[in-house]
Amino acid sequence: MTSTVFAPWEDAEAKPLIHFQNVTKRFGDFVAIDDLTIDIYEREFYALLGPSGCGKTTLMRMLAGFETPTEGTIHLAGQDIAPVPPNKRAVNMMFQSYALFPHLSVWDNIAFGLKRQNMPKHNITERVEEMLRLTRLEKFARRKPHQISGGQRQRVALARSLAKAPKLLLLDEPLGALDKKLRQETQFELMDIQEKTGTTFVIVTHDQEEAMTVASRVAVMDHGKIIQVATPDRIYETPNSVYVADFIGDVNIIEGTASANGEDQYAVTWSEGQAPLNATSTTTFAEGQKCHLAIRPEKVTINADKPEGVDNLVQGKILDIAYLGNISTYYVELPSGTVIKAQTANTRRIARRSFTWEDTVWLSWTATAGVLLAE
Amino acid sequence: MNRLSWFNVVSLTLGFAFLYIPMVILIIYSFNESKLVTVWAGFSTKWYGELLQNEAYLNAAWVTLKVAVFSSTIATVLGTMGAYVMVRGGRFFGRTLFSGMIYAPLVMPEVITGLSLLLLFIGIGLDRGVLTIVLAHTTFSMCYVSVVVSSRLVTFDRSLEEAALDLGCSPAEAFRLVTLPIIAPAVISGWLLAFTLSLDDLVIASFTSGPSATTLPIKIFSAVRLGVSPEINALSTLMIAIVTVGVISASLVSKRQAVRQQRETREAERTA
Amino acid sequence: MGLLWLILFLVGASFFGFLLPVATLSTPFLQYLLQAVILGGLAYLLWRSLDDSRRSAVSRNLLIGTPYFWLMALFLVPFAIVLKISLSDVALARPPYLPHFDWATGIGAFLAELDFENFVFLTEDDLYWKAYLSSLKIAVISTVLTLLVGYPIAYGMARTPAEWRPTLMMLVILPFWTSFLIRVYAWMGILSNEGFLNQFLMWTGIISEPLTILNTNTAVYIGIVYTYLPFMILPIYAALERLDESLIEAAEDLGCSRLLAFWLVTIPMSKNGIIAGSFLVFIPALGEFVIPSLLGGSGTLMIGKVLWEEFFSNRDWPVASAVAIVLLLLLVVPIVLFQRNQQKQQEADQ
Repeated sequence: MTSTVFAPWEDAEAKPLIHFQNVTKRFGDFVAIDDLTIDIYEREFYALLGPSGCGKTTLMRMLAGFETPTEGTIHLAGQDIAPVPPNKRAVNMMFQSYALFPHLSVWDNIAFGLKRQNMPKHNITERVEEMLRLTRLEKFARRKPHQISGGQRQRVALARSLAKAPKLLLLDEPLGALDKKLRQETQFELMDIQEKTGTTFVIVTHDQEEAMTVASRVAVMDHGKIIQVATPDRIYETPNSVYVADFIGDVNIIEGTASANGEDQYAVTWSEGQAPLNATSTTTFAEGQKCHLAIRPEKVTINADKPEGVDNLVQGKILDIAYLGNISTYYVELPSGTVIKAQTANTRRIARRSFTWEDTVWLSWTATAGVLLAE
Repeated sequence: MNRLSWFNVVSLTLGFAFLYIPMVILIIYSFNESKLVTVWAGFSTKWYGELLQNEAYLNAAWVTLKVAVFSSTIATVLGTMGAYVMVRGGRFFGRTLFSGMIYAPLVMPEVITGLSLLLLFIGIGLDRGVLTIVLAHTTFSMCYVSVVVSSRLVTFDRSLEEAALDLGCSPAEAFRLVTLPIIAPAVISGWLLAFTLSLDDLVIASFTSGPSATTLPIKIFSAVRLGVSPEINALSTLMIAIVTVGVISASLVSKRQAVRQQRETREAERTA
Repeated sequence: MGLLWLILFLVGASFFGFLLPVATLSTPFLQYLLQAVILGGLAYLLWRSLDDSRRSAVSRNLLIGTPYFWLMALFLVPFAIVLKISLSDVALARPPYLPHFDWATGIGAFLAELDFENFVFLTEDDLYWKAYLSSLKIAVISTVLTLLVGYPIAYGMARTPAEWRPTLMMLVILPFWTSFLIRVYAWMGILSNEGFLNQFLMWTGIISEPLTILNTNTAVYIGIVYTYLPFMILPIYAALERLDESLIEAAEDLGCSRLLAFWLVTIPMSKNGIIAGSFLVFIPALGEFVIPSLLGGSGTLMIGKVLWEEFFSNRDWPVASAVAIVLLLLLVVPIVLFQRNQQKQQEADQ
């Protein structure tokens, strides 16, 4: 790997900061975390993404020390942290509710953790002011949490958890309480702060857009298991399962059977009387194996006239149009009844839109546009 | 918008009249010149003067106050511990018995509580006096404190305590620096409740007090058994006045705080 | 674990260590100060010798143990004593019952002397039967009366404009903070033959002869309704305040008259408040002592009063204890029902 790209997970020599080894967590009969093994590296911005109840919060609370694994071990910087209580861990957490102490000022909230470790007074002052500057809260230092806005509270929570310069910062849905616009701004701020401080961040979120924006790697979870861990672009472009493809963004899933058709080339038989679809795949499929072809709507081209020289071509009727301003999604029903979504950017004004309801159109995509998935 | 019907107005008026007229009459007639309590004979404060010279009442008041201060303070400590154990204690041996013992004294008739404590004190050879009343009052009022404090703890955002631990507090520090300051209003009202319960108690004090320690309610009870007296009217008026001033000023203070906090929150959101 | 028991033992020892010197009153203050210092020092040394995880275990056990121990010693043990004495016999002794536990004869001989004689006596003497029945009757009737008086007040409060409600709330709670005894006493001057009520009624000409109210059951009903009214109003008000006004509007929209909407929507929606309030009045009313002894007459039989007299006037401790046990058995049913209602409501809230 070249040194310009940050990708320690591809380096066999790199030592992970956090190592989960076969960790299982059960609450009574309920399995929250199911035999999970992951590595998180220093300076990473690691996102745990999944629907609520998938175990991502439990995973985070085990790192913070509020839950202990039922089985397996967790290592932080090579040390087993099972016997270390939360107050002795070099890990800090930013809570979903922010958990700001209502009876203390912003300044005292940020200084709270520093005062616990017998730091000289002037060092505390210095550090708190540094944090206030970092989060642009200098003006609000003397206010109480109820005297500042939601966005400011979020920054206080961040400053407070960063003040002790932890090896690892855990963020539990850190932007969940903010409105959309503020959330987007704050995402960049978070990335900026992460880069400046060089802290390892682990963020829990159910918002896939947020995970894609901020994270260096995204771990998609379901039912206590990690389904896929990869960089955002790989998660999107090459999901390893229908679950991941479906969870991240919009996708067309076409079910069929695969048959080899040259090197890394497969023909997917998917509907009676229709030509098989062409797709490339590096994973091998047995002859006649059931498979799913996942194609992102923006990779499907829509045309009024039959295009020439394309890998895959189907004809259908426009069933519905979702106009989103910048883009439009066309829902095209094929003769077999399957509905395929195609997205185009609205580079022209709406009056000059080329398609309307009930139009017969041609959909096409290249062999490399889709991903062939076993399940 | 006024949704009150005439029926509501009448029932509220009659209801509050029923609640307050007896006390108003009592207060008015404490200023009555005559010894006959039901015949008005002109304004006078002489019964207050006589009250202040009555050493027996003053002594009883002093005993009552001592008992109330000690018992409510111990009860607040024990009750807060009990509430914390019930809400945050997790599982421990005899948890059901524990919560049963917290709730049972609330519904236990006073005569039974008094009788059983008296029998205990006699059983272990403890002479009845201020100490036994304090022990008795602490026992039943700690349960009230527990209920008041635990209802606050139930709604307490657990992540605040977790945040304190996360930032390096030991569990004891987290309680002292975060939990206690936040639940302080509930602890204070628990103390006030324990205090007034102790001031008010006749039955349990009658069982557990000895000749050396007579509380004010015991004194009042033995006096009013013989009938209404203007001196007791004056004493009652004083007690009502103290409580009223205390309760009203406490609620005004807390209301003003709540209003200020609301206003500041609104302002913060607006200027953001 | 052994260590924890030692700590618990120390706490227990210090507890009784404090009690006993005071009991005799001959021991000087200095002696138990010394005890405190010794015990404190011992505890401190123990604490010093512990590592972190042990310390947190110890503090957890102390936290649970202290209130636990207190309630055991001053609630459960006294209760066991009452039970024991209820099975003993009255005697001219100090304390005035037999048998006393004696280490010499052992526990077998002690147990052999206990019997249910006092309970048999309670069933034989119809004074106790009547007292139980009359307590039940008085408690039921006054609960119903309190509900009838309290519901319209709570309903009116819930319908007043929101800015008035806190004030009304405080007006309901305020009497609760003032002395119970004084509130009962206030009625003595009103209900007596030459009292204010009779003066007023004679002045209006409704009656010509004063009514005898004080020292009758009527006065007891008035006293109970008056003193326990806040307990009835508050839960009903809490239920009614949460009631969504649009439910009533929906009922009227669907063709109910106002009265019918009240009957079909408001009353069922406040059911939990009514139940809670009724138990809060019924349970203490059943064992009430002050009200019947100040407002009631010689004909007013209530079990709390009987117990008091049995104990203080007759000095019959075993019978008083037996009366207490039976009163408690009587209370178990409503208490369990109340508890269940509260639990159901809590679950519904979540």
